[in-house]
Amino acid sequence: MERLIEKWQDKIGEVTLGSKKTIKIGGETGIYFIDGEDRCPNPPCVAMEVWDMEPEAWPEALKSNFGKALKTPGDWVKMCVDKFSADLICLRLASTHPDTKNASCEEAGKTLEKVMKSVSVPLIVIGSSAIEKDNEVLAHCANVAKGENCLFGIATQANYKTLTAACLSAGHAIISEAPIDINIAKQLNILICDMQFPADKIVIHHATGALGYGLEYTYSIMERTRLAGLSGDRMLSMPMMSFVGQEAWRTKEAKTGLLDTGILWEIATATACLNSGADILVMNHPKAVEETKKAINKLTL
Amino acid sequence: MFIIGERINGMFKDVARAIKEKDKSVIHDLALKQVSCGANALDVNVGPASASPKEAMEWLVKTIEDVTDISLAIDTTKQDVMELGLSLCKSKPIINSVNANEEKMKALFGLAKKYKASIIGLTMDKSGIPKDSEGRMELAMKIVASCVEYGIDIAGLYLDAVILPVNVAQPHAKEVLKTIRDSKLLAEPSPKTVLGLSNISQGSPAEYKSLINRTFLTMAIANGLDAAILDVTDKELMDSLITAELLMEKQLYCNSYLEAYRKK
Repeated sequence: MERLIEKWQDKIGEVTLGSKKTIKIGGETGIYFIDGEDRCPNPPCVAMEVWDMEPEAWPEALKSNFGKALKTPGDWVKMCVDKFSADLICLRLASTHPDTKNASCEEAGKTLEKVMKSVSVPLIVIGSSAIEKDNEVLAHCANVAKGENCLFGIATQANYKTLTAACLSAGHAIISEAPIDINIAKQLNILICDMQFPADKIVIHHATGALGYGLEYTYSIMERTRLAGLSGDRMLSMPMMSFVGQEAWRTKEAKTGLLDTGILWEIATATACLNSGADILVMNHPKAVEETKKAINKLTL
Repeated sequence: MFIIGERINGMFKDVARAIKEKDKSVIHDLALKQVSCGANALDVNVGPASASPKEAMEWLVKTIEDVTDISLAIDTTKQDVMELGLSLCKSKPIINSVNANEEKMKALFGLAKKYKASIIGLTMDKSGIPKDSEGRMELAMKIVASCVEYGIDIAGLYLDAVILPVNVAQPHAKEVLKTIRDSKLLAEPSPKTVLGLSNISQGSPAEYKSLINRTFLTMAIANGLDAAILDVTDKELMDSLITAELLMEKQLYCNSYLEAYRKK
């Protein structure tokens, strides 16, 4: 029997992140993990999420892994990299939200500097989801990390200009997010590129839904995006990322279930995202990170 | 859609004059303009009036290749001019064209193999262009069968159902559309289809040419057209092409779909 191997017209763009230690993502020439179709030039990688304040709302099952380090971002990131083998760090500037500590741009910048001193892996930096405050905070932080080639987010169709300009002038990559809508995802990438932002510094994020909470929609949109990219649609041929941890640990099953439920929920969500083409998985629980990295190693052998 | 720019043709006065006076800048400008407007290949035709077609073809190909390495469609009925043109191409060339005459196919398929060229196959023979789709399909079948016989990859064959000017041959348009549709059934993988689009508006008033061209192109795309030789610098025509392809789901919708297509 003859094995039919799909030949794709195009390949996914490569994005390089970091400066001291760099990671390349993307570059796929086919669908992930199909033997003979794609050689996975840059295997998917795992970022661990670190906050600039203690994440009080996190369930105990999650918090207990990090102990006192949760209070000091510099220690927390070191633990994630040295102990839990995170490939990247995703720093969430949660304390800047007007409803939490309303920390200033300067405070956020100082935290970022500490994190940069503590670890050499590439950084993802995201705001607190307060749109106006994020624009100020992220523009300031982009400047603080100038030349570090971080991945900043999150740009949306309603709010992308300030962040795009900041990333452009400080040489960072950008997260382009659409609400599980492939047409808006494409449109946003065009709008960002219209500002002379290089397409090879964009990472697509289709707002992630966890297992049981819309994961199948995310899966199908990610898969369609990848197929469009491989078929020659340059405005969809960027690498993709998934915020797996935040979604998995938001579910009632993870919060209230048995000890391992949250971990399993996170692994299941991560595995689905991997298979639909995610290049970066942002995760929370060390055990889930470990198992997901094992899965990546097995699949990319 | 594979787009072949039609403008470098000795039938146009500026090109004829450029060839005569060896004025490279005219050809450079036309080549670069067509590429920037979205051409995937450029047609190269020395025109009927050229005194020494071989010399003119060599000059045209070399002049175009000064500024771009895009594929060229060598457009001539003379075999020696064809071979010379193909031999000079830096990128995969296109033979424009072969028809269903036995000896013509034998000679040109040989060149296609030698120069790894794609082929435009006209559904016409010694007795001319058939009146209806059935006649065109018969010749299309002959061309496909010959390709198989000579070991030519069908994926590199573009069947041209030969559109005639609407002002003198009105019934042909719908026959051409049917041929485009039916050509897909000839082989697996199916041959591609192409049109020399501007021919449909030859002789019509200048103010209607673009409208006729883009209307017919839209209809042809709806019937599965894969490629066209056209005026890529006609913005309205290109907008119609992109929109028709969008409606046929050849690209994903977004509000800036025209821009997205042009960025490709």
